[in-house]
Amino acid sequence: MIGLFKKSRTNPEDVSTDTAASAAPSEAGDTPDNRSPKGFFSRLTQGLSKTSRAMTEGIATLVQGKRKIDDELLEELESRLLMADVGVEATQRILDALMRNAAAQDLKDADALLQALRQAMVEVLAPIQQPLEITPTGGPFVILVVGINGAGKTTTIGKLAKHLQLLGHSVMLAAGDTFRAAAVEQLKTWGERNQIPVIAQGQGADSASVIYDALQAATARKVDVLIADTAGRLHTQSNLMEEMKKVSRVITRLDETAPHQTLLVVDAGTGQNALNQAREFNRALDLTGLVVTKLDGTAKGGILFAIAEQLGIPVRFIGVGEGIDDLRPFDAEEFVSALLELDPPA
Amino acid sequence: MFDNLTQRLQGTLDRLRGQARLTEENIQQSLREVRMALLEADVALPVVRDFINRVKEQAVGQEVIQSLTPGQTLIKIVHDELIALMGKANEELSLNTQPPAVILMAGLQGSGKTTTTAKLARFLKERKHKKVTVVSCDIYRPAAIKQLETLAREIDVDFFPSSLEQAPLAIAKAAQEHARLKFHDVLIVDTAGRLHIDAAMMDEIQQLHAQLQPIETLFVVDAMTGQDAANTAKAFGDALPLTGVVLTKADGDARGGAALSVRHITNRPIKFMGMGEKTGALEPFHPDRVASRILGMGDVLSLVEEAAHKTDQEQAKKLAKKLQKGKSFDLNDLREQLLQMQKLGGVAALMDKVPGMNKLPTEVRERDNDRELGRMLAILNSMTPKERRQPDIIKASRKRRIAAGSGTQVQDVNRLLKQHLQMSKMMKQFSKGGMHKMMQAMKGQMPFRM
Repeated sequence: MIGLFKKSRTNPEDVSTDTAASAAPSEAGDTPDNRSPKGFFSRLTQGLSKTSRAMTEGIATLVQGKRKIDDELLEELESRLLMADVGVEATQRILDALMRNAAAQDLKDADALLQALRQAMVEVLAPIQQPLEITPTGGPFVILVVGINGAGKTTTIGKLAKHLQLLGHSVMLAAGDTFRAAAVEQLKTWGERNQIPVIAQGQGADSASVIYDALQAATARKVDVLIADTAGRLHTQSNLMEEMKKVSRVITRLDETAPHQTLLVVDAGTGQNALNQAREFNRALDLTGLVVTKLDGTAKGGILFAIAEQLGIPVRFIGVGEGIDDLRPFDAEEFVSALLELDPPA
Repeated sequence: MFDNLTQRLQGTLDRLRGQARLTEENIQQSLREVRMALLEADVALPVVRDFINRVKEQAVGQEVIQSLTPGQTLIKIVHDELIALMGKANEELSLNTQPPAVILMAGLQGSGKTTTTAKLARFLKERKHKKVTVVSCDIYRPAAIKQLETLAREIDVDFFPSSLEQAPLAIAKAAQEHARLKFHDVLIVDTAGRLHIDAAMMDEIQQLHAQLQPIETLFVVDAMTGQDAANTAKAFGDALPLTGVVLTKADGDARGGAALSVRHITNRPIKFMGMGEKTGALEPFHPDRVASRILGMGDVLSLVEEAAHKTDQEQAKKLAKKLQKGKSFDLNDLREQLLQMQKLGGVAALMDKVPGMNKLPTEVRERDNDRELGRMLAILNSMTPKERRQPDIIKASRKRRIAAGSGTQVQDVNRLLKQHLQMSKMMKQFSKGGMHKMMQAMKGQMPFRM
């Protein structure tokens, strides 16, 4: 049923060794044509379907027939939201808003209530649905990518580079993760796959200086977009957060409008701590966007509601797989609909 | 990492003061708070429900013990249940098999398998004196094999090379043969991160398991994982006969509820915690101590053990002997102490484990303390051996020289001398059997009035 995300596994060599060719739509159901609104939605739905399943298994049975709205139903809805990592506070706020609506609109049955719930949830996320735009800057458009260890920064950069290439931009990568063993090689592999240059020094080099060099190289070669990788760091490690601020400052020294985007990569499997991560990285760097990765598992990414309410950082992309094409622009309506397994409103 | 849960519970239980008996009514609010706290700590909802029910069963009707407040009584029950949930004692790796003992690592993408593989290899090599081979079966993630190779070189353990063209099963088989021929004690097999719903990949790791017959199959899980920990733990636990769990990235400020969820759902002990990116940052997991930390009692026991391991036993003995003989604690001794502190990972790592200290904001704890440590050492290093033996001879002119030599101010030197004086007074009390008194004094600073 969800064979879509198994493709890279049944034929591992495709992903690991095949470089340029992996751009070809060899994987089942992953043709570029799927980007038509309907195809895209079904894909997103599939990406989130496991997400929704846990939630909606309950919800589907909950709303079967014209069930009445009672405390038990609400408690069940609460549980489902909590299990989607929406968090205690955000869940409470969403349900409060829902009940106000229910009273105002005189909702009678569970089905209507569920539609209202979807509406209430979309309202929370709508403001942070802002696609990434590459604007002319007079030099390379610099995207700095940060996040904690294992969130999926390097993989996201590989996919993002491909995405931007398809939009017709020339792209260069900067291997700013000089700490983790073989991080540079990992980025270089992505560079080879996309056939784009990667500026790197060895492991242990100064991250800021690598990115500085890369920006100079990107400027000289008139590259449209420079994507800078950084080492994973926990937001509680103040020295590493300082180091990251330095990277950003050094970029600004070459181009005072840069970095033009500072993206935080967050693992959808992360629980309430994702809010802390977003808050601390935002405090250090003034984030301009989020990328939520690993939404192809059973993780629910419900923490986005708290992030939207408390920080309002735009979500630029979601990651729904390890394939080079598995990066999608974030769409609140579809995210919520897919989460609740409802058809999007026409 | 458990700081926030601690704070939450502290606030809740304060409200219970002055009750004589725990009833369903008077603990309801507290239990609701405990429930919220656990949810906020990312404990999976089904696990929270079980837990609350167990606490309620235990608590209702319970007389408040004379020496405790009602809050403390409930906290004791919560604490005991937490320990019961997380397992009784630290369980070590079992490697009793015909060598090489195979350890298979499994987990989601980005949970920290490769780093943990290296940490574990170092742990087994240095603390258990095992000959270890590591191998990577991750032919999917770019440069994953290279990552393990680099780490293996860093910690100087045997790395069995593999390549993208090989099948994971073939790699595993060859590595096992290699370790056997070299008479190595342990083979750690790193695997690709995989989604628990990816049938093909789950099948692959089941085959790896069947082939390797590992004595330990460790599930590696990120301490920051949310509710999904329940799903992944269940799926991995169903697919593989797990023998234990490694909780990674536990040095952050995540509330660590995943530890409870995974433990409860897999019913397998958490054997280690990853406490940092460096290969030395792996600690045995002590459920009782972590439960204590959740409740704000600090992790004093872990600290003691770590200190015992890393400090030089000989030097400690020498110092003790010296003090017993009535000799004073001189600046050489202070220098040794500071050096050992540095070895333990600096002030921040120490403070994390001291009761009450977790109430300080993280920034305050980390900032400057380690720089201060370095500065003190610089001052001590700028003294002559004679000055360190007889601090009394350090007068104005020597102070100026020391300050210049260490790049500090005379005030800094003065401050250090004063601190030393206070410490040596304290040490004298120690040697007069003042330990008991000292503990009494410290008790007053415990977060709970016990």
